[in-house]
Amino acid sequence: MNLEHFIDEAVSPWMHEEGPDSDIVLSSRIRLARNFTNTTFPIIAKEEELEHILEFFKEHYATRSFQQYKDFEFIPINDLSRIEKRLLVEKHLISPYMIKHVRPSAVMISKNEQVSIMVNEEDHIRLQMYLPGFQLEETLQRANELDDWLEEHIDYAFDEKRGYLTSCPTNVGTGMRASVMMHLPALVLTRQINHMIPAINQVGLVVRGIYGEGSEAIGNLFQVSNQITLGKSESDIVEDLGSIVQQLIKQEKRARATLVEQTGMRLEDKVFRSYGTLKYSRILESKEAARCLSNVRLGIDLQMIKGISGQILNELMILTQPGFLQKYAERILTPQERDILRAELIRERLNMEEK
Amino acid sequence: MDCQECHKRPATLHFTQVVNGEKRQIHVCEECAKEKGYLTYPEDSYTFEDLLSGLFNYKFDMVGNHVSSSPQQQREELQCPQCHLTFSKFRRMGKFGCATCYTTFADKLDPVFRRVHSGNTVHHGKIPKRKSKHLHVKKEIELLQKELNELIQKEAFEQAADVRDQIHALKKQKLEASDPKEGDGE
Repeated sequence: MNLEHFIDEAVSPWMHEEGPDSDIVLSSRIRLARNFTNTTFPIIAKEEELEHILEFFKEHYATRSFQQYKDFEFIPINDLSRIEKRLLVEKHLISPYMIKHVRPSAVMISKNEQVSIMVNEEDHIRLQMYLPGFQLEETLQRANELDDWLEEHIDYAFDEKRGYLTSCPTNVGTGMRASVMMHLPALVLTRQINHMIPAINQVGLVVRGIYGEGSEAIGNLFQVSNQITLGKSESDIVEDLGSIVQQLIKQEKRARATLVEQTGMRLEDKVFRSYGTLKYSRILESKEAARCLSNVRLGIDLQMIKGISGQILNELMILTQPGFLQKYAERILTPQERDILRAELIRERLNMEEK
Repeated sequence: MDCQECHKRPATLHFTQVVNGEKRQIHVCEECAKEKGYLTYPEDSYTFEDLLSGLFNYKFDMVGNHVSSSPQQQREELQCPQCHLTFSKFRRMGKFGCATCYTTFADKLDPVFRRVHSGNTVHHGKIPKRKSKHLHVKKEIELLQKELNELIQKEAFEQAADVRDQIHALKKQKLEASDPKEGDGE
C-alpha cells in the first residue's frame, strides 16, 4: 500500500485541523453513557436482546447524517477481522472493552470520524465527540446536540434523583467523561508533573498516560479527565476540568521557557539526536519511537526544527502501533519485524515531509 | 532471545523479579507472561469491584454488630424483579443489570455513590428532553400543592379551590404527556 494513502486511512480527518492551544492540547473529547429504559444492560442481556438493539440502531440511525456529521457507517464488531478491530481501538474509535467482550455489538462512525457511537458496550450507548485542540465547551455542546438527536427515537434510562442510569456506578448521573489529550514534555523533563498529578487527583480529576500502563506516559502524552459524574452538572465538570487544563498549559509553557533558558544547547542536542534517530534508525521499539517523536514535536514547537508539521507526533503515534503496522504490512508481524517496519515507516514519513 | 518459558516464541518482556531480596532476570513472551501472572492488563487490575465489595462487606459488618437485622432478613436475598440480578451478584460484579436495579437496591446505594463520587448522591445535570416536560409539570404541581396547604390553613377557601383546579388540570396534562404513544423507543 502507498504510504500517503495509508496515512489518510490511519489519521482521522478531523485531526488535520488545528484547534486552540494545539501546541499542547492535541484533542478534546466528551463521552456520554446512555441506556434504554426497560431493557437489560448489555453486561447480562441475552444475545437476542442485544441483536434487537443493533437492529434498532441500523433502522433509525445508520447512513443518516446529523448536522455536519455525514453518513454514519454502521459497523458490526463481529464482522471485523482481528487487525481491523485493533485499528479502531488504536484510533480510539472503539474501546478495548468491545474487543475483549465478544457480544453482538457495533459502532457507528461519522465520515470525518469525529463522532463514534458504540452500541452494546458496557452500556447500550456510548457516544463520543472529538474536537482538535482545547475546546471542551464546544465539544460538550456538540455532544449534547448529538445526544438529543439520538433521544428522538430512544427512551433513556433516567432517574430524577440519580440522573442517567449506567451499568457501572462510576458513570451514573451525567454519564459523562470529559477528557483532553495533552503533550507535556517539559513538565516531565523538569519532573514537575510528579507533584502535579497527585494535586489534580485531589480535585476529582484523573491524569494518566495515554499509551503505556500505570503512571508511565509513553511519548509524554497524558489524558486528563473527570472522575466524578454524580452531583455536578456537565458544564460545571467541564469548567473545572478546563481550569486545570489551563493551569497545565501555563505551567508547561513556563517549563519550556525555563528549559530553553537554562539548558538551551543541551535541549537542542536532545531534540536533534531524537530527530536523527527517527531519520536514520533501522530498528525502532515503540517506546523509543514515542520518546523521539515527543522530543521532535517539542523541537518543532520551540522552532528549533523547521519545515515539519507538528501533526507528526499524533499521526506517527497512531501509525506506529502494532495494529497499524500489521495493516500496512498486510500480515501478522513478529515484534522484531514490527520494530523494523516502524523505523522504515517513520523514515519514509519524514522524507515525505522534507520533499 | 527466545522466551525462557516456552522456548518457542521470542521474548518481548524483560524485567527483574525480586523475591526475598534475590534478583532474577526474566525474559518471556506475552502469552507466557500472562499465563504465569507476570502481566496484568489495566482492565483486569481495575479494582473498582474490589473497592465496592469491600465497602459492602464493611457495611454488612456494621449491620451485623447491631441487633437491627435478624438472621432471617439476611437470608432473604434482594433480587431485581426486572433483570433478576441478586444483590450479592451486584456486589461481586460491581455493575447494575438494568435501570430497575437502581430502585431495587436503592436503600443500599447511597454509601456506594458517596464513596465513588466524592460525597455526592444526587444528580444535578442534564435532564432528557422527553422527561423534562414531565418533570417541569411535576415541580409545578408540588409548588401549587404547597400553596394550597397554606391557603387552607388561612381558611381562604375560594382561592384554594382555584389552586386545586389548577392542580387537577396539570395532573391531567401530565397523564396525557406520559401516554405510551411517545414511548416507542423500544
